[in-house]
Amino acid sequence: MSSDREEDMPRRQALRAQIDENLKRVYSDALKEELPDRFRDLLAQLKAKDGTAAGGGS
Amino acid sequence: MTATAGTRPDPLSDLSEDPRDRLAGAIPRLRAFAISLTRDVSRADDLVQETILKAWSNIDKFDPRTNLDAWLFTILRNTFYSGLRKTRREVQDSDGTFAAGLSEKPAHDGRLAFKDFQRAFDQLSPEHREVLILVGASGFSCEEAAEMMGVAVGTVKSRASRARKRLAELMHLEEGEGLFSGTDGATQAVVLGGAAAAR
Repeated sequence: MSSDREEDMPRRQALRAQIDENLKRVYSDALKEELPDRFRDLLAQLKAKDGTAAGGGS
Repeated sequence: MTATAGTRPDPLSDLSEDPRDRLAGAIPRLRAFAISLTRDVSRADDLVQETILKAWSNIDKFDPRTNLDAWLFTILRNTFYSGLRKTRREVQDSDGTFAAGLSEKPAHDGRLAFKDFQRAFDQLSPEHREVLILVGASGFSCEEAAEMMGVAVGTVKSRASRARKRLAELMHLEEGEGLFSGTDGATQAVVLGGAAAAR
């Protein structure tokens, strides 16, 4: 089933290279999505809570 | 053990800084991984939020000598898969919807059309998307990916290979026969019938 002989299959390598190129684009497109404020707010909230509850724990 | 800075002095300044201060910087990459995994921005954002919360409260379990991104990605993918087990039916439904729209032939212009690629990528199982993004796009080694996915390195490699093969099928490309061989009824059937069985 998995006859992985990619070295002697230049076409397959070319396909693989194109797939990887497109995968990088999928990921970098996702990276370019604008970040919502909710994460900055969340971190600020966590930081604030941690500051007031210092030493308290759960 | 609320780790206030300075209670545990460390000779290496890198290690003595609170890793929580590095969370903000990691969020864009974490979110890109979440979007790649779920193919759904609002779902991805919920996952990122949950991951930040977990990371924040478990920061003492993070070894600062290791890669923070890898640690966060691991939390995120584990959160994702445990959620997926609960909503499996919902996920299969949305896969079916995607598959219904995918019966066009690919562009034969010598390159993979990115749109076709995206559609095929959307149809992969999350496990296949995950392995391809980790080793193919976000720059992790197979060893790092193996650790994050909790499987052997060999499993990462074979899963990545199967995922690439599946992508090629979904784009009507026959690996053995060349990049842009024509499509026929059989490959169409694979595309239409395959999404549900994708694994």
